[in-house]
Amino acid sequence: MVTLAKTPRVASTNAVVRRRVRANRIISGLSIAATGAGLFLLAWILGYLLFKGFTTLSLQLFTMDTPPPGSNGGLANAIIGSLLITGVGILLATPIGILAGTFLIEYGRGTKLAEVIRFVNDMLVSAPSIIIGLFVYQIAVAPVHHFSAWAGAIALAIIALPIIVRTTQDMLQLVPDALREAAFALGAPKWRVIVVVSYRAAFQGMLTGVLLAVARISGETAPLLFTALSNPSWTTSMSSPMATLPVVIYKFAGAPYQDWQNLAWAGALLITFSVLILNVVARSFAPRTRN
Amino acid sequence: MTQVAVSASHGQRGGAHPGRVGNILFGGSAWIFAILVLVLLAGVTVSLVIAAAPAFREFGFSFIWTEAWNPVKDRFGALPTLYGTVITGFIAMIIGVPVSLGIAIFLTELCPNYLKRPISTAVELLAAVPSIIYGMWGLFVLAPLMQKYIEPAIIGTLGNIPLVGVFFQGPPYGIGLFTAGIILSAMVLPYMVSIMRDVFETVPPQFRESAYGLGATTWEVVRSVVLPYSRVGVIGAFMLALGRALGETMAVTFVVGNSYHISTSLLAPGSTIASSLANEFAEADGLQLSSLMALGFLLFVLTFSVIGIARLMLMRLQKRYG
Repeated sequence: MVTLAKTPRVASTNAVVRRRVRANRIISGLSIAATGAGLFLLAWILGYLLFKGFTTLSLQLFTMDTPPPGSNGGLANAIIGSLLITGVGILLATPIGILAGTFLIEYGRGTKLAEVIRFVNDMLVSAPSIIIGLFVYQIAVAPVHHFSAWAGAIALAIIALPIIVRTTQDMLQLVPDALREAAFALGAPKWRVIVVVSYRAAFQGMLTGVLLAVARISGETAPLLFTALSNPSWTTSMSSPMATLPVVIYKFAGAPYQDWQNLAWAGALLITFSVLILNVVARSFAPRTRN
Repeated sequence: MTQVAVSASHGQRGGAHPGRVGNILFGGSAWIFAILVLVLLAGVTVSLVIAAAPAFREFGFSFIWTEAWNPVKDRFGALPTLYGTVITGFIAMIIGVPVSLGIAIFLTELCPNYLKRPISTAVELLAAVPSIIYGMWGLFVLAPLMQKYIEPAIIGTLGNIPLVGVFFQGPPYGIGLFTAGIILSAMVLPYMVSIMRDVFETVPPQFRESAYGLGATTWEVVRSVVLPYSRVGVIGAFMLALGRALGETMAVTFVVGNSYHISTSLLAPGSTIASSLANEFAEADGLQLSSLMALGFLLFVLTFSVIGIARLMLMRLQKRYG
């Protein structure tokens, strides 16, 4: 298309054509500049993260807990907290999300109910996570009067849920009906058709959805401030407050102590590159439907 | 389809329905979990209304347009944060819309095929970077740059223009509504690009090719064929991004300045609903907690209306063009 666009240049003796070509060049130049700016921003952020975080990256990060200001420490408690809360969150969200997505395609296709649920789900996908945090605070923190890792996991599950519903629904929609009908013709009951035929056909896409949901929730900070809060020491008890990487980064980055800021950068480096790698891996599983 | 399945298994095992229990259990739980999505939205609404009620009882609806945030005297109003939320979202759109439009045009019309995938992936990675990282980057990289170079330049030029000047006056703080808006624009950029790219691709290739065949330049094809065809979707993409920008928390909290004073200057520190929630929630109780919840409720109403309209527009486009 680039070559097509340049063809008017042949007749550039004409003033009108010259003006059109000039307008086109300006807009093309601006689009390229915009794209360059976007790529530059990504490189800048990642480069700066590497530059600031790499020096603090050491084994100690994974073996020692978050320190009081002025002493040595690592991020071990925050790393285990992030893994636990994200893990429990995704374990809660995955079966619920997959079944809900299944309902939209396999049971409710074309019904008013499915359409409403799909619309509400799409809204929840873009809902601000801080609102979800407030909601979970109301149902899981305020009644028991203390912050807990459970509440954090529930909040993350609610954020992951609509993403999983959405991808499950999109992927099941791509499964050809002929496959389902063939299974029905063999006498399989509906639930077996769904599990054995539809799920198997859509497996890669659904896995992508779950992995993208993991990537999304493992960087979430705001809802955890109202639910899991933080904890300066190592804990694996889901009913107590628990440190997570994003919340520790938030706390440490804003503090005036140099060693805390260094730890924040190291944590930021860890979380960002985990999330980005997870994203790339997830996308490599995705069936290439586009184009 | 259920009919087919049941009668088929009926024939096989003679009388028993081997799939029936499974069908009821599986279909039933699928239905329950699908309904759960609706229950979630209802739950969020109800819980926020209940939590915000004491604040609205105390201050009435004037809570929304009262300029006050004083935990010591227990006087609260939503105006400063509501103002900050809307202004930062507005700045984000002013910057983000043209840039994202440019990237989307580049990706769909200009980009050579072998670069399409890597550049799209890079844009999507920009969306995957956690918002707290944008916040840190904003605080440690962008804010000093703003304070040293960009804001003095703006104050020196735009600040001297009559009328418009009042929006660009005062000392260069580095942090403030303007910086927060810039960070937000970077954050919502990838969302706009990826939706717009999808929307642009719904334009049938014949339309594009006929325009090119008539000798139209790339820009003319975009302006007179692609954009008119996909207008609803493009506006939907902008609104969706606006919804995100309004509710974004961590990126803003670091750089917005956390002041509850409304200043005419866009460069002055301010606060958004999300940033005050993140800052004050852990230490708040009583009327302050309820006032924060009331702010949360206002944010909920604001973002969900914007997102809802955006989704309706995108749905309309999808229905029209499959």
